[in-house]
Amino acid sequence: MKIAFTATGEGWDALIDPRFGRTDYILIYDEEKDELVSIDNREIMDVAHGAGPKTAQKIHELDPQVLITGNGPGGNAASILKQMQLKIYIKASGMSVRDAYRSFKNNELILGG
Amino acid sequence: MRLAIASGKGGTGKTTLAVNLAIKAKEKQSCLLVDLDVEEPNGGIFVQGDLVAEHEARRAIPDWDAAACTLCGKCPSWCLYNALIKLGDTILVMPNLCHSCYACSEMCPASALAMKPDSLGTITHRRFEGLDFVESRLEIGLEQASPLISQSLAYIDEHLEKHDLQILDSPPGTACAMVSAVKQADFVILISEPTPFGLHDLKLAVQTVRELGIPFGAVINRDGIGNDEIYGYLKEEKIPLLAKIPHQRRIAELYSQGAMLYKEIAEIDEALEDILSYIGRLR
Amino acid sequence: MKEIVIISGKGGTGKTSFCAALAQHLQDDLVVADCDVDAADLHLIFEPHNSLATDFYSGVLAHIDPLRCIDCGICAEKCRFDAISNASGQYTVDAVDCEGCGYCYHLCPENAISLKEQMVGQYMSSETRFECTLVHARLGIGADNSGKLVAKVKAIAKDTAKDQGKSYLIVDGSPGIGCPVIASLSGADYVIMVTEASQSGVSDLRRIWELVKMFQIPGALIINKADINPTVTKQLHSFAKKEKILLLPEISYSDDFPKAISMGQSILETNPARWQPVISEIWKAIKERI
Repeated sequence: MKIAFTATGEGWDALIDPRFGRTDYILIYDEEKDELVSIDNREIMDVAHGAGPKTAQKIHELDPQVLITGNGPGGNAASILKQMQLKIYIKASGMSVRDAYRSFKNNELILGG
Repeated sequence: MRLAIASGKGGTGKTTLAVNLAIKAKEKQSCLLVDLDVEEPNGGIFVQGDLVAEHEARRAIPDWDAAACTLCGKCPSWCLYNALIKLGDTILVMPNLCHSCYACSEMCPASALAMKPDSLGTITHRRFEGLDFVESRLEIGLEQASPLISQSLAYIDEHLEKHDLQILDSPPGTACAMVSAVKQADFVILISEPTPFGLHDLKLAVQTVRELGIPFGAVINRDGIGNDEIYGYLKEEKIPLLAKIPHQRRIAELYSQGAMLYKEIAEIDEALEDILSYIGRLR
Repeated sequence: MKEIVIISGKGGTGKTSFCAALAQHLQDDLVVADCDVDAADLHLIFEPHNSLATDFYSGVLAHIDPLRCIDCGICAEKCRFDAISNASGQYTVDAVDCEGCGYCYHLCPENAISLKEQMVGQYMSSETRFECTLVHARLGIGADNSGKLVAKVKAIAKDTAKDQGKSYLIVDGSPGIGCPVIASLSGADYVIMVTEASQSGVSDLRRIWELVKMFQIPGALIINKADINPTVTKQLHSFAKKEKILLLPEISYSDDFPKAISMGQSILETNPARWQPVISEIWKAIKERI
C-alpha cells in the first residue's frame, strides 16, 4: 500500500503540514518497497488561485491509497479527491510523519472527507 | 442619474444609506435600488416587496467531451486560473476557478471542450411600495463578482431604464468588484466614519474613484465617535461633504431589527434631504 | 506554536478591534498576521516601523509590442473581456479590463504579445509599538487579494514566530468565502468567528461556518453588540449550540470600540478596567481548547 503525507519537510522526522493545497512537501511511503519518497511542492507558493486542485492532481499521479494530512482539504480539492479511491485521514498536524504513520497503523487517526 | 454608494471597507453603513436614501427618494421621484454587493447582498433584509421578475445570470464554462478528447494534456497548461485539471484519463473542470476566457475551448485541437452555460447567480427584481429593487446574488462558492455585476447593470439598462434615480449599493473595498460597480456611475457617494480606520479606507476609495474619473462626494457616518481629522482631509482635498450622520446607539438597535432609520430619527431624515438636494442640483 | 485565525463574514463587526486587544493581552508571546488585505487596518493601531518590505507579483497582464504588431486584430476580436482596442490607431491592452487569461498570447500570429507578471502590492514584516512582530500587506488599486498573498503573509509570520520562539500566531483573516479566506483558514489550529447581533450578522455567520466546517477546524464564536437585539442573539446561541461552536463571552454594545479606533488604540488601552477582565475571560476559554 502507498501512503501520502502532507509535510513541512523531507524524511520521517518532518512534521505533517496542516495545509493540503499549499503543503510544502508531499511524502509517499511505499510499504511493499519500504521506501519513503519526498516530493518538493513549494512551487505552489506561486499559484494565486487553485492551489488545492493542483496539489490534488500531483497526489493523483503518485497514486496512493491513503492520504494523511491536517485540516480537511478545501472544496475544490475535496471534489477532486472524491474521484480517487483514497482514504483521507485528518488532524495529524503537529505529528512527525513517523508518528502519523504509526498512529495510522494503530487506527488512531480520524477519517475525514 | 446613476448614483453609486461605495466605501473603502465594510461595515460603514453603506447598505443602510443606500436603502434609506432609496425609500426616501421614491416619495418624490421614480427610484431604482440595486444591491451589487453580490457576495453578501443584505439590502433584501430591509426591503422585501413583491417579486416582479427573477433572472438567472449565466456565464459559459467548458464542458469536457470524453469521447472527443485525445488526452493531449495541453488545456491544463493553457489555463492560468488552474480551472482545468488532468487526472489520469479524465479532464476535470473547476467551475469556480474558471473566468470564461474561452481559451481552452477555442484552442482545443480535438474540439473536446465546448462551452456550456453555467449559473453565475440570480438577479431578482422586486417592487416595494413603488420602489424598484434589484438584488444580484452570486452563486455560493463562486468568486466571479465582476461579471455578475456587469450583467446586472446590463439587465437594468435593458429592463428598467426609465427611473429618475438609480442607486447602486456597491461591494466594499477598492478591488475589481467595486470598480465594476462604480465605473459607469454618474456620481459616487463614498461613505466613511471619522476614525483613523475610516480615513485610511476613505483615502484608498478616493484614489480609486479619481483614477476612474467619476465625480464624487462624501457622507460621514457615526459623526461624533472620533476626531475631526477626516473633515480636515475632505476640506484639503476639496471633496464635497454631502451630509453627516450622527452616532447613536439607537441607530444600531433599529438597524439590527431591519427598521427604516429616517422615519425614526430626525437627523437621518435631514441628512438624506441634504444628499438628495445635492444630487438634484447635479442634474 | 498554535495558529489562531479570527474571521467575520461582514465588515464592521469589531474583528480588528478584537484582534488588537488579543494581541495586546498576549503581550510579547505572539506574532500577528494581517490577512484582511483589502481593508488592512491593524497597522493603524500597531504603528509598524523598521518594516522589511518585498514587492509582490501576482497574475499577468498582456502587453502588445507595437513593433511586432501587424494590426490583424485577432486578439481584440477574441478577447472576452473587451480589454484590447485600437482606439488610438494602435492595438493596446486596457490594464483594468485585462483578466490575465493569456488567450491573446497564444493567438497572436506574430508573437507580439507577452504576458508580464504584475506587481500588485507589497508585503512586509514590521516591528510594532506592542512587543510583537506584525506581518502585513498593501495592495494597489483594483488589485484583488489572493490565496497566494495570504499564504505568503502567513508563511512569513509563521517562520517569524518559530524563529522568535513565540507560542501563538494570531491571524486577522480575510472576509468572504473565496480563495483568500480559504488560505487564511488553511493550517489553522483554531478559528474565532466574530459576528454582531443583527440580521446580516446571522446570515454572514452561516456562510463562513460552512467553510470552516469543511476544514474541520474547531471554532468559537464571539457575539459583539449582543445586547442591541436579544432576539437575534438568541438565534445565534441556538445556531452555535446546534453546530457545536464554543460560545465565548459576549461583548455588549460599547462606544469604547469606535473610541479606541479613533485614538489608534486597542480597547485595552482606552478602557482597561472594563475590557481587561472580558478579554482575559475570552482568552481563558480559548486557551483551554487549544
